[in-house]
Amino acid sequence: MSGILMPKPDAATLARRAEIVADMRIIVPGEGVVETINEMRAFESDGLTAYRQLPLVVVLPETVAQVSRLLKYCNERNIRVVPRGSGTSLSGGALPLEDAVLLVMSRFNRILEIDYPNRTVTAQPGVTNLGITTSVELDGFYYAPDPSSQIACSIGGNVAENSGGVHCLKYGLTANNVLGIEMVLMNGEVVRLGGKHLDAEGYDLLGVMTGSEGLLGVVTEVTVRILKKPETARALLIGFPSSEEGGQCVADIIGAGIIPGGMEMMDGPAIRAAEDFVHAGYPLESEALLIVELDGPAVEVDHLIGLVEAIANRNGATTCRISQSEQERLTFWAGRKAAFPAVGRISPDYYCMDGTIPRKELPRVLAGMRELSEQYGLGVANVFHAGDGNLHPLILYDANKPGELEKAEAFGADILRLCVKVGGVLTGEHGVGVEKRDLMPEMFNDIDLDQQMRVKCAFDPNHLLNPGKVFPQLRRCAELGRMHVHRGQVAFPDIPRF
Amino acid sequence: MSSFLAPLGRGAERSEAERGDTHTMTTFTPATAADILSAVQWAAAEEAPLEIVGHGSKRAIGRPQQAEHTLDLSKLTGVTLYEPAELVLSARAGTPLAEIEKLLADNGQRFDFEPMDYGPLLGQVPGRGTIGGVLAANLAGPRRLKAGAARDHILGIHAVSGRGEAFKSGGRVVKNVTGYDLSKAMAGSWGTLAVATDVTFKVLPAAETETTLIVRGLLDDNAAAAMSIAMGSSAEVSSAAHLPERMAARVLDGKLGGDPATLLRVEGFGPSVAYRLGQLRQMLGNAGPLEEVAEDASRALWRDVRDVRPFVDGSDKPVWRVSMPPANAHHMVLALRMQAACDAFYDWQGGLVWLSMEGEPEADLLRGLIRQFGGGHATLVRATPAWRASVAVFEPQPAALAALSARLKAEFDPKAILNPGRMVHSPDSASLAAATEGAMP
Repeated sequence: MSGILMPKPDAATLARRAEIVADMRIIVPGEGVVETINEMRAFESDGLTAYRQLPLVVVLPETVAQVSRLLKYCNERNIRVVPRGSGTSLSGGALPLEDAVLLVMSRFNRILEIDYPNRTVTAQPGVTNLGITTSVELDGFYYAPDPSSQIACSIGGNVAENSGGVHCLKYGLTANNVLGIEMVLMNGEVVRLGGKHLDAEGYDLLGVMTGSEGLLGVVTEVTVRILKKPETARALLIGFPSSEEGGQCVADIIGAGIIPGGMEMMDGPAIRAAEDFVHAGYPLESEALLIVELDGPAVEVDHLIGLVEAIANRNGATTCRISQSEQERLTFWAGRKAAFPAVGRISPDYYCMDGTIPRKELPRVLAGMRELSEQYGLGVANVFHAGDGNLHPLILYDANKPGELEKAEAFGADILRLCVKVGGVLTGEHGVGVEKRDLMPEMFNDIDLDQQMRVKCAFDPNHLLNPGKVFPQLRRCAELGRMHVHRGQVAFPDIPRF
Repeated sequence: MSSFLAPLGRGAERSEAERGDTHTMTTFTPATAADILSAVQWAAAEEAPLEIVGHGSKRAIGRPQQAEHTLDLSKLTGVTLYEPAELVLSARAGTPLAEIEKLLADNGQRFDFEPMDYGPLLGQVPGRGTIGGVLAANLAGPRRLKAGAARDHILGIHAVSGRGEAFKSGGRVVKNVTGYDLSKAMAGSWGTLAVATDVTFKVLPAAETETTLIVRGLLDDNAAAAMSIAMGSSAEVSSAAHLPERMAARVLDGKLGGDPATLLRVEGFGPSVAYRLGQLRQMLGNAGPLEEVAEDASRALWRDVRDVRPFVDGSDKPVWRVSMPPANAHHMVLALRMQAACDAFYDWQGGLVWLSMEGEPEADLLRGLIRQFGGGHATLVRATPAWRASVAVFEPQPAALAALSARLKAEFDPKAILNPGRMVHSPDSASLAAATEGAMP
């Protein structure tokens, strides 16, 4: 495992493993408990495969009552729990702990209700993102957030990570498309937040839960908003001699009041890797390639394509192709969608980063990345959700060369520091997890992190749910709860005391 | 006179009333985030409750408070960052919303969530309110259906917690999942968790044009069906409202007449709007007579719906804001009408029901019917102080959820000094602490 420190395993829990496994079999009868090393191997890692750890035991409950009993049991006995959906996290959010029960939600795989008048789908958390769309697409509806892992990732995991996708500038992230959840707290209490109505009463705990990376509660039901499919979609494929021109084109499109359904950019190395792989007809001489997808009624799409084409030409586009058929639109996308495996062909391994920057800083950040690339002696290819400034640098390395993974990680950390330095953030959609945990102080000071941890304390005061993720340092809730009284140092000393 | 009703002392750092009384009222009007921090630290040290106020335009919402002191943010003003091409705007919390909306309009942009103005309904002049208040009240407007509320557009905050700690959360980019989203926790918290000092919102291009298609003469159930059909189509309707008989006469200065009016707003680029209106006309051609209002008239119409114009009557008759599953709401209203005299109209396809009660608020009856017809919640946004003190203004929560909310409050404001009692009957700090420790042994 790479050099990140996880919480020290609790010796007492490890010693009681047999007893805990037996109790798990009582809580989840049948085949829901996995405990042999061979069988547990399948769960030792998530999408961030550089990190591996066998859990104490794997439990796959089937009912909310089982989840509630399991969490209550663990809470009372001070046993840690790591929740897991489909295990596609790219930040190690579902990385097991040696002394923790791995709570796998994949058997919660049913669609519970489709409600067209209210345009909602209620699903169990293990249903895949794409499964939601599949359940309603014959009637012309879909669920808008579309992370690239949508064929596998679960809707419960989407809530935990506040997942995005290529369409989220126009249609929002998970947080903007989820209406309600049912969840179980670490103490076993079942609470419902929101529902089919549009806003929750009281504090926006649904907003807090979305993107909380499995540290606050275990989601057992999700209600999402579905949308009618746009009538049509067409794409433009635009090549530029440099990222400056490409970036300015994006700014001008938005400046013209156009929010495209999708707007993706690739840099030279990514263009060439993708073209070699799928032969989508990408312009190999370009240093920046923009895919702009416009969706809606045909008359609107045609109108906007004209506007975007003119903007592209004003910004020095060297090529500009407009899809004339659904087949051609998909071809334009094929290279972008295959960018990761394409990079996988030119390098034994790659490491995918996920920072967001103010878009105008793109040329500066790309230049900085080129410098770092030389400094570390590792290549980098960039794909970029251009509309919202979300960068996915792919660092090329070879895990079989000693020290190269560590080098790639250090390179990645420097890229994220650069993102923060120019006014951006550490992660746009992949989450903090274990991967970016120790970089959190780059963005937040101790007081900022304390406030986030106090949210944790309100939900799980014993730090039993998914510890070792998100927060670089765990502070005891009792210690965090103490008030620091500032009496005597305040700016209004003349105010009468009572 | 209690501080709740007292006018704000402006200009002076503090104004003392009733000198010699044991309850000395102080108004802090800090002009910097550092002074806010000092004021909250002082209040925390003294355990002296503060009422947090911007322009006071929404001051009459919530349980009447007992705070002895006022923290007035109206001097903490100024847009600190506006980058139209990046779609972000940051401002100090006391910046007038009207000023920001003008700046956005001058640049062809807007807050897509269309924050409503409670002023007229609450007997105040329109157009007041601060950007901090927009977040604290999680404001939205008719476009909520498509674009969400303030909570969907807030990107980051700087704030001071009830512990007297200045912190930040989120950022200044439109896509960010780094750390917990404390900005969202502030949305709709009515100043009870922390005092926001700076806020950053996502902004979006304003639509090139808009037209509203109006179906006339529909009863509530047919209107619900019509709105459901329209919203389930690809016509991208951005707002759907229904004004039952007599309510329609109370918008646009009566120009619509009194017949029921079901409103469907279509926004965007000209050719697209024309096409989508055609689609809707085809879909709803047999529903009832169709009319259209366009451009400024359409905008004025939706402003009237947004700001609850049908119930702006200078009275303090109880007004409820009900959030329900959109297609279920008319069943609840029908059942309510059987037992209590009230006026009602619908926004958000029915997902938002505004109710004006002829007599008492009838809180238990209403909340029971909401539960019966698919769940949701009701907020008593207008009522006399006496009603607001005796009826739960915000929807009471089930025990486990209420305890969780109380623990969150206790984490951020352990001495209960920020707007105490505004959202829930204020437990003292001892019982808040018990909620923190006791609930999870």
